[in-house]
Amino acid sequence: MTLMRKITYREAVREALKEALERDERVFLMGEDVGRYGGAYACSKGLLQEFGEQRIRDTPLSESGFVGAGIGAALGGMRPVIEIMTVNFSLLALDQIVNNAATLRHMSGGQLSVPIVIRMATGAGRQLAAQHSHSLECWFAHIPGIKVLAPATVADARGMLWTAILDPDPVVIFEHATLYNEEGEVGAEGDLGVDIECAAVRRAGRDATIITYGGSLKKSLAATEQLASDGIDCEVIDLRALRPLDDKAIMASVVKTHRAVIVDEGWRSGSLSAEISARIMEQALYDLDAPVARVCSAEVPIPYPRHLEIAATPQPEAIVGAVRGVMRK
Amino acid sequence: MIEFRMPSLGADMEAATLVEWVKKPGDRLKRGDVIAVVETQKGAIEIEVFNDGVLDEILTNIGEKVPVGRAIATIRGMDEALGPALRAAVPVAAPEKIAPVTAPPEEAARPPPETRVVQAQITPAARRRAQELGVDLAAVKPGLGGVVGLDQVEAARPVTKERPGILFDEMRNAIAAAMARSHREIPHYYVASTIDVSRLMDWLEAENSRRSVPARLICAVPLMRAAALALKETPELNGHYEEGRFEPAGRVNMGVAVAMRGGGLIAPAILEAEILDMDELMERLRDLVARVRGGRLRSSELSQGTVTFSNLGEETADSVLPLIYPPQVAIIGCGQIAERPWADHGAVVVRRTLTVSVAGDHRVSDGRRAAQFLTHFQQLLHNPEKL
Amino acid sequence: MTDAELAELVKSALLKVAPDLAGEEFAAEKRFRDQFEVDSMDLLNFMIELHRTTGIDIPERDYPKLETLAGCVAYLKTKGFGK
Repeated sequence: MTLMRKITYREAVREALKEALERDERVFLMGEDVGRYGGAYACSKGLLQEFGEQRIRDTPLSESGFVGAGIGAALGGMRPVIEIMTVNFSLLALDQIVNNAATLRHMSGGQLSVPIVIRMATGAGRQLAAQHSHSLECWFAHIPGIKVLAPATVADARGMLWTAILDPDPVVIFEHATLYNEEGEVGAEGDLGVDIECAAVRRAGRDATIITYGGSLKKSLAATEQLASDGIDCEVIDLRALRPLDDKAIMASVVKTHRAVIVDEGWRSGSLSAEISARIMEQALYDLDAPVARVCSAEVPIPYPRHLEIAATPQPEAIVGAVRGVMRK
Repeated sequence: MIEFRMPSLGADMEAATLVEWVKKPGDRLKRGDVIAVVETQKGAIEIEVFNDGVLDEILTNIGEKVPVGRAIATIRGMDEALGPALRAAVPVAAPEKIAPVTAPPEEAARPPPETRVVQAQITPAARRRAQELGVDLAAVKPGLGGVVGLDQVEAARPVTKERPGILFDEMRNAIAAAMARSHREIPHYYVASTIDVSRLMDWLEAENSRRSVPARLICAVPLMRAAALALKETPELNGHYEEGRFEPAGRVNMGVAVAMRGGGLIAPAILEAEILDMDELMERLRDLVARVRGGRLRSSELSQGTVTFSNLGEETADSVLPLIYPPQVAIIGCGQIAERPWADHGAVVVRRTLTVSVAGDHRVSDGRRAAQFLTHFQQLLHNPEKL
Repeated sequence: MTDAELAELVKSALLKVAPDLAGEEFAAEKRFRDQFEVDSMDLLNFMIELHRTTGIDIPERDYPKLETLAGCVAYLKTKGFGK
């Protein structure tokens, strides 16, 4: 019987960083405001005091610069955890990530490895308007050479970091900005590391499969409550890893329920939901009793006013509607 | 206006699948009329209504699984005006309201809803299922949105009148469940007697030689007649035990155990057997067996039995110790009629004999009462011309 | 009627009573009761059907002669049916 305790997502991230810094002296944290400020989302509060300036490094306001420096450190044998404040700012570092981190192993014929972990906040829901509300996980999931993770639960936020650090290749971790205050259960002791390859069935069901990740998981689960009271029993798959995708778990569920609804906070055009839908069509077409449905953000820059931001992003009501649609009920 | 609810069809049945509506809204109904047919583990069962009236609205679709107690239709009184019908909580009514590929009913200028200008949209899963089931997709009625999906194909599963529609594995499960329950809940006691039935058989042979072939009786008939009459004197062996109480039955609804080819067993009841003479009993038995073989029984036959008669038949075994079928409280079992040495007034003779066993529910009766039944049963069989 | 035709008539009578036996092999010398799961009710119905199609009144004491396909054919011939 494992003892469990309840902590916030933020506390889980901080604990994971602390554990990594304690376990391996090659690990260090770098990013804007991670040291003196304690992290833009308070994920590294107190770590500077505990581990010192060499291990907790405040960087200049230059994503391209400090991500490049992190890549350099990794090439030199270190295990940097690079915090990019949000995915919105990672655009400035895309060249470093896509053209250096992702390619150096390949281009060096295996001689070079870049064992970096990049952590970023992502998503909408805090009225930060068009330039600061992107969900661009799908762009990163598109790139061979990196792994992409989306911990949606407190246990995953706690457990994925160490496994990612051990990985000899770049791993990008997306933390949805609305999750930091969420509470969840985590083991009280022992090794809390989790795998970074498999999807998880968060709710087992018979009638339809909801496939989602990150900040959309709790909205999907909320939708299943309402659907259950109408007699529709949904299975919910939390992808956890966005690259590589766990095809096996996805197809096993769709073959069972014959109906799939993908909830993805990105815009539908060229999205992760489009990729998953294509794979379902390829691998489970003859099991489908309805076209795959997708619940995505509206094809507009994310609005600032609260009611418009809500209207533009996936919500439980839309998920309920999509499930009813594939059930034809 | 009343809601007609799915009746219970036996101790081990919880739900049935609706396969046919025999009456339609607007039809006059008399008590006992068959309103619908459902398919169960025991085959197709005809559901009878309990009231006179007019069928108002159908609440359940063909292909739906209906648990006992679910409202499946509404029936209004003969003189009730056609008011707004009660709607059940199931989303069955919805498909009639939405018709996205056809014209809305208000616009009379558009083509009538039946006209389908789009080709049938069949989902891949439905196509595959139709192939598995041997369902002709062209004949499947599309569902919501003009789509033929898994639900539509499942609903179109062939249930032909010739095929009994009985899944033997499911029947085995139903029998297993009922017998396990019987063994678990009912404290059985057994009393048996071997009876000299020579007089009975002589009488029967004489009777049958006088009758043309179609009018002949099989020997189970006088046995059932005698049993029904004897049961009137021992009411503790005839009725239902439920929720800690025994309810003696005013009538003898005699369940008859009928073996089915392929290994199933079913015991539908001949209602009010105690008032039927032997010719009537024979006719009812013949009809019952035919409908068992054809897989077409009535709900009342399966739920209203008050006792069961199990005749092993010829060339089987000498005696049988059967299990009571809950919620009944007794079962009468007869072995084969066989010649045996018999003591008669000090001399050993050969007689045709029959061993009859009675199993009783010890919560309701005891061996003495069962023995009294057997004595009476025997006496009746010694005077077959009076049966 | 030839023996084969008589046999067909007997088979149809039995199949009318027990349609689920369609397609089964009929061993001429084996008792119906042993080949198929037929009980006394089935056999009586079979006698009634035979009686109906042939018009022959079959006394109960003759039933044992009609337990096999070959027996039925022989019996019908002795009764002069199909001459």
